[in-house]
Amino acid sequence: MEPFRSVRGGGARAWLAAAEASLLRSLVGQIMALVEPDESAVIVDPGPVDPGGQAGPRDAAEEAELAALEAMVHGPGSESAPEDPVLARLLPDGYRDDPESAGEFRKYTEPALRSAKYQAAQEMLDTLPDEGGRIQLTADQALSWLKALNDVRLALGVRLGVTEEFEEQWSRLKPDDPQWTAYEVYAWLGAVQESLVQAMN
Amino acid sequence: MSAAPAEVDLPRSADNPVSDKPWVTIVWNDPVNLMSYVTYVFQHVFGYPKKKATKLMLDVHHKGKAVVAAGAREAMERNVEILHGYGLWATVKQDK
Repeated sequence: MEPFRSVRGGGARAWLAAAEASLLRSLVGQIMALVEPDESAVIVDPGPVDPGGQAGPRDAAEEAELAALEAMVHGPGSESAPEDPVLARLLPDGYRDDPESAGEFRKYTEPALRSAKYQAAQEMLDTLPDEGGRIQLTADQALSWLKALNDVRLALGVRLGVTEEFEEQWSRLKPDDPQWTAYEVYAWLGAVQESLVQAMN
Repeated sequence: MSAAPAEVDLPRSADNPVSDKPWVTIVWNDPVNLMSYVTYVFQHVFGYPKKKATKLMLDVHHKGKAVVAAGAREAMERNVEILHGYGLWATVKQDK
């Protein structure tokens, strides 16, 4: 990888090896699967237009049925924090020591937050060639990369139980420890994100 | 609260007639977010100059949390929603 550098007029550029691009795509894809909002299937990504015009506009009953189904699958608009610690970190409470306000806040903001995270991840994938190579980002795209990279690092950090003493945690692992590679990836992601922050400054 | 009141903008708002105690946006320390990134987010989201953004980031880092904004409850909730979008660990609270 060649780290991100700023480009004239805003934005940033970098160069990624194919394996690095593939790793990023996989990790970002996992975040998308985690946060996938209900809207993504219906509004954000409407899919191909039905050429035969068979599918008319959904009626109210269909909408309700769909919403109920989505609620069952994703739990949107829920007042309780996700049980998965990674998801709980990606979608944190908006109030501490005030479960009622936290629940209300979550109910009204979590679907949009999921959608925003999904879209940032999607924008990162859209500007990340499968085979790697040169990455050229506008300032807006760079912002999406920063958010999506951060979400990947948060998820990995929670799974690994990373603390402020990350370097020590890592150095205590033997190279054949099954978590060693994940630590290496986590450190690399930090370097990628750091270079992008510096490029955007 | 760890941030000095002088560091905080206090936009007075008619949206909060119940109490004159302002609501605040708090950012909590976490081991994952890069210091440079947190500073960048404070600059980008709040338009704070780099010096102020850096001081707030260091408060979060060393004291475990910092008040990064104060004002009407709705505005603070919006802040928190935006900060969650950046992956920062933020909460709303009525200042006491």
